[in-house]
Parts: sequence; C-alpha cells; structure tokens
Amino acid sequence: MTTPLLSVSSLNKRFGTTIACDDISFDLWPGEVLGIVGESGSGKTTLLRSIAGLIEPDSGEINYRATGGEVDVHLMSEPELRRLQRTEWAFVHQHPRDGLRLNVSAGANIGERLMANNWRHYADIRTEALKWLAAVEIDEARIDDLPRTFSGGMQQRLQIARNLVTSPRLVFMDEPTGGLDVSVQARLLDLIRSLVRDLGLSAIVVTHDLAVARLLSTRLMVMKDARVIEQGLTDQVLEDPQAAYSQLLVSSVLQV
Amino acid sequence: MSIEPAGCRDSGYNFAYLNEQTKKMIRRALLKAVAIPGYQVPFASREMPMPYGWGTGGVQVTASILTPEDVLKVIDQGADDTTNAVSIRKFFRRTAGVATTEATAQATVIQTRHRIPERALGPDQILVYQVPIPEPLRFLEPRETETRKMHAFEDYGLMHVKLYEDISQHGHIATTYAYPVKVEGRYVMDPSPTPKFDNPKMDNCAALQLFGAGREKRIYALPPFTSVVSLDFEDHPFQVQAWEHPCELCGARDSYLDEVIIDDKGGRMFVCSDTDYCASRRMAASEAAE
Repeated sequence: MTTPLLSVSSLNKRFGTTIACDDISFDLWPGEVLGIVGESGSGKTTLLRSIAGLIEPDSGEINYRATGGEVDVHLMSEPELRRLQRTEWAFVHQHPRDGLRLNVSAGANIGERLMANNWRHYADIRTEALKWLAAVEIDEARIDDLPRTFSGGMQQRLQIARNLVTSPRLVFMDEPTGGLDVSVQARLLDLIRSLVRDLGLSAIVVTHDLAVARLLSTRLMVMKDARVIEQGLTDQVLEDPQAAYSQLLVSSVLQV
Repeated sequence: MSIEPAGCRDSGYNFAYLNEQTKKMIRRALLKAVAIPGYQVPFASREMPMPYGWGTGGVQVTASILTPEDVLKVIDQGADDTTNAVSIRKFFRRTAGVATTEATAQATVIQTRHRIPERALGPDQILVYQVPIPEPLRFLEPRETETRKMHAFEDYGLMHVKLYEDISQHGHIATTYAYPVKVEGRYVMDPSPTPKFDNPKMDNCAALQLFGAGREKRIYALPPFTSVVSLDFEDHPFQVQAWEHPCELCGARDSYLDEVIIDDKGGRMFVCSDTDYCASRRMAASEAAE
C-alpha cells in the first residue's frame, strides 16, 4: 500500500463564469472510503463526475492505478475508459432511475454488466443475479419484475447490486441515500458498509448528510464554493472541525 | 415460369425514376457499405412516390443498381402476387422498362420485404431488402449518438440483455424476426424483419445482399460469402422455427410456412410462404407424374 489507487491533482472545472471545482488535489488509498461533504452547489457532484470520467475537467490530472498499470483518466481513449467503467469501476447515482434500465427486469439489470463483460451462459448469469438479489436483501421471486414496480429503497439496492456484480475495485456514490426515508436509509447504509468491508472496495461517497459520511467514510473532505476547505480522518473532522464552515456544518446537524 | 420481356418504359422518366446524381450518391453509400459489412452508412434518402414503410429504401437501392439488362423479381413476405410486390414490379417496368419475373432462378435482382427465397441464390444475383428500422439496439437504447458509439466501440453487451429478457419471460428466445446477427465477427446488424428462419441463409451466401432503410436514411450490406452469426447463449443456442406438418400444397418440409385461414369454422392450412418455390415444386411433381 505504498501508492495511491487514485490521485487527483489540480483539478479545475468551470461552467461559463461559475467555478465548480477550483484547484482540487487529493489521493485515494486502496481500501479507503472517502467522503465528500458540503452544501448544495459546492461542486461535490461535479468533482465526482469529473473523476469518474463522466464529464471533462478544464485542467488537472486524474491518475488511476488500474490492474494493467497507471492511467490518466482523461487521456485514455473512450473505449478504454468505457471498459474501465464497466469492469473496475462502478457509479451509483443519486436517483436509481438514472442508473437502472427501467424497461428490463431486475435480473437483466444485474446481468447487463456481466453480459457486457462477455458472459454468454444464461444459467450462470441467472445464478449470479439471484445471488446478488439476496445480497442486497431483495426477494429472489422478484427477479423477473420490472424495477419500476419496486419501492425507492429497493430500486436503490438494485442499483447497487447491478454495480457491484462485476466486483469493481472503485465505487463512486453520489448521494446514495438521498430521497429515502430514515429507516430505509439506515438499512441501506448498513448494507453498503458491510459490502464495502467484505469486498475490500475503495469508494468515494458524495453526500450532504454528515451522518452518512460518519457511518461510511474513513476520511472526509469538506467542500465550499468549489474548494476543499478541510480534510482529515472522519472522526477528527467531525469532532474537531477547524474551518469556520466545517464548524457551522457540524453544529447545524439536528439533534434528536 | 416465364419472364415478362423488357421494353415498356415510359420515356417521361429518367431510367429507374431517380436522377443520375442521386443514383451516384446511393452507389457511393453502397460501395462503403459493401466495404464495411454490417455497418450502417447514412445516405440522403429521397422522397419516393410511395409512403414510408412500403419499401422506399429498397426501391432506391434497386433503382441505383438496376441496368437495362436486369431481370427483376419483387417479393412481399414470400409472395410475388401481393400488393406491395406487384406495385413495385410495375413501378420499375414503367420507369426502367426492365424485364420482370416471378422465378427466383431467372432473376438477377430480387427486392424483398422480409423473406429470402427458399432456392439458394447464386453469385450473379443481388438481393435487396426493404428495411424499416436498421438499428438493432434501437429499442434498448433510444439515443442514436449512443448506439453509434456502441457500434464503434463494439460495446454489444446490451444486445444480449434483450435475449436474456426473452428467456426469463418465455423460457426460450422468443424473438422470431429481426433476430440480431453478428457480421464477420464485428458489427451487430438487424437483418430487417426477416423471420429468423432465414438467418442461416444470409451466412456465407453467394449473392450480394443490400439493405435500404428509406425513412431512417441508412444503407448496409453483406458482400458475398460473409460470415453472419445469430447471437445466442451457450445454454440457449440459436434455433429456427419448425413446423409439424409439411406444406399442404407442395409437401415441402424444408420451407417457411404461412398459416392460411380457409373458412369461418376454424379451418386453416399451412402453405409455403415462398410462392415461386411452392409453384415450381408442384409443377415438377405434375411433370414427373405424366
């Protein structure tokens, strides 16, 4: 564990005159879960999407240590990037509808990544899909149902299963629990945490919810106005915030 | 089986209706399509004197490759005598003055909607398909920008999602027409709404096969002796349809059968969809009996 899995340096992205990411640099180490917190519009999601190769940053380098050697995400050819995105990486969208194929069954949603990686044996794909439905606590009898008949929490779990089926090394999550009620949130967080631990994944989790960050992440970055204003171990940042905005953020969590 | 001779061309039209510039443009698209088997080449499809869906793409391809010496056959499903086939044949008799025939063996150009003739095609023949939707990924991925990238990157996992859905819902691959194929191990192609029964005939075929989609403005092609493999799963291999009974008119067991309702009491019969194949078998049988 001497080299980082992912290394971001001097990343900049602006939309017209709006600056979304201003000179952001950080490293992600293998097996680490990095939380990115901050208020709406602080550039968290733009940062995540730039790293995942979904949007092109204006400048900066993103180096990823792939199994085949180190690559710069934005200098790769598009077919190579797509191969990375469907094998070693996974992206869990905030809205399951963005990450699922709603007009095909749950089984096909899970199987899609397998088929994209040249699985051509129906029974094997089926077995794997059933295994993953069980892993994310969805009734196996629902394998042939369309995701639109699922509840919001089930859709989100299905999206996670669909992403993790090819055992990625790095998972990007954009507000994975946004829009879910608290009890469903708690179970989903529990599930993500155990999957991440069992599979030894590295992950970057964007959230505005400090509770989510505390549960999932080992390290935390706080963003405000397109800049990283503070980073450190999660407990350290949450217990002893240094920057004024971090202090405000921590103190504004509702206590029940 | 006879040939209706050439020579009743209406001199008010340019040869084969289209002007020479348009034919040149379509031939260029055809050359590119032949050079990259299975790749969909965009072309500037023209308004034709027929509605979309009636074969405007096929008609433009036929018009571009037709020569005065050609003998044209047109089939709709397998039949030479249905409205679409008769109209297109008449159209080219009038605008190009070419000879026409119903006999597969005598034709040099065959335009088809759906079926491939049962009789094996030869190297001196060209088969032109009328295609409604050329994009095999269309119903899985509606964005054309995305499907073109998927073709370019050979990113075809999605095609198997459709076959997976078939098996999970029906227990077997229930797609019976427009069954996706892989051409020369590279491009995934929609063989137009031909029944999957005809997919094996496309593979390693001696004739040149051209596909024209008028509304979608795409041309693609299979040069002679091109490998065409129907997609499937290892444990659910590709299979063609089979019928329990032979054709009730000619007794053929190897042809694609149409179900024909013959009364209002539930009576029905199965007959060859390829009318020329059926008629020539019956003629051969009656000659042998004499």
